[in-house]
Amino acid sequence: MRIGIPAETRAGEKRVATVPEIVEKLVKLGFAVAVESGAGDAANCSDEAYRAAGAEIMADAAELWATSDIVFKVNAPTSVEVELMREGGALIGFIWPAQNPELMQQLAAKKATVLSIDCLPRMLSRAQKMDALTSQAGVAGYRAVIEAANVFGRFFNGQITAAGKVPPAKVFIAGAGVAGLAAIGAAAGLGAIVRANDTRAEVADQVKSLGGEFVKVEYEEEGGGGGGYAKVMSEGFQQAQREMYAKQAREVDIIITTALIPGKPAPRLITAEMVQSMKPGSVIVDMAAERGGNCELTEAGQVVVKHGVTIVGYTDLNSRLAKQSSTLYATNLFRLTEELCKTKDGIINVNMEDDAIRGLTVVKDGEITWPAPAPKLPAVAAKPAVKPVVAAAAQGHGGGGAPASAGKTAAIFGAAALLFLLIGAYAPAAFLGHFTVFVLACFVGYMVVWNVTPALHTPLMSVTNAISSIIAIGALVQIAPPLTEGLDRPDGWIRWLAVAGITLTAVNMFGGFAVTKRMLSMFRK
Amino acid sequence: MSASLASVSYIGATILFILSLGGLSNPESSRRGNLYGIIGMTIAVLATVFGPHVTLAGLPWIIAAMVVGGSIGLYAARKVQMTQMPELVALMHSLVGLAACLVGFANYIDPMASMDLSSAERAIHEIEIYVGILIGAVTFSGSLIAFGKLSGKIGGKPLLLPGRHFLNLAGLLVVIAFGYQFLQAETPSAGMTALIVMTVIALLFGIHMVMAIGGADMPVVVSMLNSYSGWAAAATGFMLNNDLLIVTGALVGSSGAILSYIMCRAMNRNFFSVIAGGFGGGAPAKKSGEAAQPQGEVTPISATETAELLKDAKNVIIVPGYGMAVAQAQHTVNAITQVLREHGVNVRFGIHPVAGRMPGHMNVLLAEAKVPYDIVMEMDELNGDFPETDVAIVIGANDIVNPAAQEDPGSPIAGMPVLEVWKAKTSIMMKRSMATGYAGVDNPLFYKDNNRMLFGDAKKMLEEVLGALKA
Repeated sequence: MRIGIPAETRAGEKRVATVPEIVEKLVKLGFAVAVESGAGDAANCSDEAYRAAGAEIMADAAELWATSDIVFKVNAPTSVEVELMREGGALIGFIWPAQNPELMQQLAAKKATVLSIDCLPRMLSRAQKMDALTSQAGVAGYRAVIEAANVFGRFFNGQITAAGKVPPAKVFIAGAGVAGLAAIGAAAGLGAIVRANDTRAEVADQVKSLGGEFVKVEYEEEGGGGGGYAKVMSEGFQQAQREMYAKQAREVDIIITTALIPGKPAPRLITAEMVQSMKPGSVIVDMAAERGGNCELTEAGQVVVKHGVTIVGYTDLNSRLAKQSSTLYATNLFRLTEELCKTKDGIINVNMEDDAIRGLTVVKDGEITWPAPAPKLPAVAAKPAVKPVVAAAAQGHGGGGAPASAGKTAAIFGAAALLFLLIGAYAPAAFLGHFTVFVLACFVGYMVVWNVTPALHTPLMSVTNAISSIIAIGALVQIAPPLTEGLDRPDGWIRWLAVAGITLTAVNMFGGFAVTKRMLSMFRK
Repeated sequence: MSASLASVSYIGATILFILSLGGLSNPESSRRGNLYGIIGMTIAVLATVFGPHVTLAGLPWIIAAMVVGGSIGLYAARKVQMTQMPELVALMHSLVGLAACLVGFANYIDPMASMDLSSAERAIHEIEIYVGILIGAVTFSGSLIAFGKLSGKIGGKPLLLPGRHFLNLAGLLVVIAFGYQFLQAETPSAGMTALIVMTVIALLFGIHMVMAIGGADMPVVVSMLNSYSGWAAAATGFMLNNDLLIVTGALVGSSGAILSYIMCRAMNRNFFSVIAGGFGGGAPAKKSGEAAQPQGEVTPISATETAELLKDAKNVIIVPGYGMAVAQAQHTVNAITQVLREHGVNVRFGIHPVAGRMPGHMNVLLAEAKVPYDIVMEMDELNGDFPETDVAIVIGANDIVNPAAQEDPGSPIAGMPVLEVWKAKTSIMMKRSMATGYAGVDNPLFYKDNNRMLFGDAKKMLEEVLGALKA
């Protein structure tokens, strides 16, 4: 089948739906690829590069649409473009079916099969590789920091120079979703002090892992709304949140807002008063500008200066990093193509049994299949009640772990006392001498061995093994003792037993020490 | 040499043995520790040979036996591969056990040993002989079976006879009954039957005990047999009224006992349940139903991608297991470690106490491959570092990195301390297939989002990784 890549027609859009590196991989999967001439120019992908990767370059968009079985797009097609589309063809891209009902009807009329990459069931872990929302948000988050740095009048990192000390910039990031986390990483990488907040408390660890500090709202409410988005919070919470934002606005130099709620206008987090309270020269980057903005004073697509604060409201952050965005988007689409074409023969199979593909498919052969039913989730998706098993007491050497209970200790001491009483009552004096030595030696052994480092446990075993060949002494004293007259001693038997004993223990004695020596000489720094 | 001089020499030897074990507290002093052991042993043997209990007539025999045994021992020590250490140690334990039996028998038929003892002393002496031979025989046959299992000559699956606990109990009762008869016997020839029957039962008991224990519990068994060989020596010491033997035997015995305890704790298992046997294969029956079946998808990775991940990482932790020993991959692991360290990657090794088939097995293998010991860490030393680790590679280990031990209270290995590799940013599991570990428990680690599976023979795959790293 033939995959077509038309140039994006939306104003200001610089991305392209595939890049030459991915064209090669698509060809390997058995597809033919056609690219509209100049489609990748804005993303630094020349026609030449596409051609070298095995794509056909077509000058005419209409012809490309008409001859392609599958069309890869970034933005939703315009009605003009849909008209160009082949009857019964396939289309993959950001369709946003909820926002574009007419487009859906038009596509259905074309008997098309449409996979809307924004409808991916994001909670399926195997769908992550196809998650274009995530990949694009990550790029945008990074770019937001760069835009902020561009208009900010100071260094991000603190420096001590001959010309004086420079304090590090303080950055506050509202919303720690994919874009927010990417922004945290980028800002921390530039050396700024980064704080972040999110209504979902569980992202605190992720914020910390990227070098940020999680700022909590002092109010108890869980804000996870499913699918990796936040939900609208209660009034009490919002009040506490506003106070926190107001405090941060007074303290920080840069605010980057990323808060979005699906299907609703972006939440107003930064009021005009907060902007007013910020230091002159501060920067706000409002990544939600397209959906109304998180800041009251944002103007979508514009950079404005209000109360001495620069407010960046770009809506095309991805196009401002077109090559990177395109490459990641192309990879997402390639992973999706792999899922659609498991046979690697260049023919796609839209398998509606597959949860991920079912979710993506918004129109199937002219029939609108959106919204998809909730996918059958694996049991792990439901937050499992974590019942951590109590791990055994931390292991260390030099002690016997947790002290036993008092009752147990008393029982052990009682038994020992009884045993000693019995031995004391019946055993002859000579035995008691040896018994004393034995018990003390056990204790010495106990104390000494706990100090052995675990790394040397194998040498410990081989050396104790060698030492236990001390039993040779038993055989040695039997072999030819000074005889007492008049005793009938089975000398021959004893001698042979003793010789055998000495031979066996000699194997151990020499072998054990030698192999220990060999092992220990290997341990080096 | 007078009797007093011999006794003093024995005290010297005792001290040297204690210092020898004490020296193992760190690798620097360990080499000297071994030397102390050798000197102690030499003193003890010389003091005995030239002491009051041996006449010159015995010298040729002694020298001949020493030369034969010594050369066999030295040859074996030179030839053995480090991966075979557990087998060698098990085999050597069996020799100590057998020697203890032989000495016991010889002592029993020697009329000199008991000629001027009172009746109470005589009874104690005979109990000492009886117990000494009993322990020696169990050590001997048990170690032989352990050797067979470790070297693969006998299958690793536990052999579970029906009513095995009753068999053992019956054996014990018979041993006690014959012990009574043995004490009643007036002459050695009268007591001999009882002694031989007991020896046979002890041998069978040793075989049965180790046969019932699964492959994963081998570290416990090996250290337990280590302990037994010490107790056998101590019992011989009582029999011969020799304090040196008693002390040495007690040292070795408590050392082995502590090791067994450490191993059991590392598996969160009771010592008696290990000895009672049946773990390494009986588990699947109870697994179904109780333990939650992990779900999700396994993500494979290629050797080249592994190399890319490693190159880009700052912190890497390698967790080796028995699979690395089987594949003889330790040298390749070291080569990879060196390449990464040259690139400035912080590479460390995380060793679980029961990784491998005997305590400290992994450390010896890594040392053999010349991995510096200061980057080889114990589980507790680095278990907290996994969240800051970029890549954790698991080579041929399974149960010791199983998150079910912490997350699933129904799992057969619940509560066992494990290396938390899944907390690393990416974990890579090198495995031949999706098979379960010795404990027979499925591993949810395979299905974690941040886990990748590198399928194939450990050595072959690591060589490919090394090739890709150097390229």
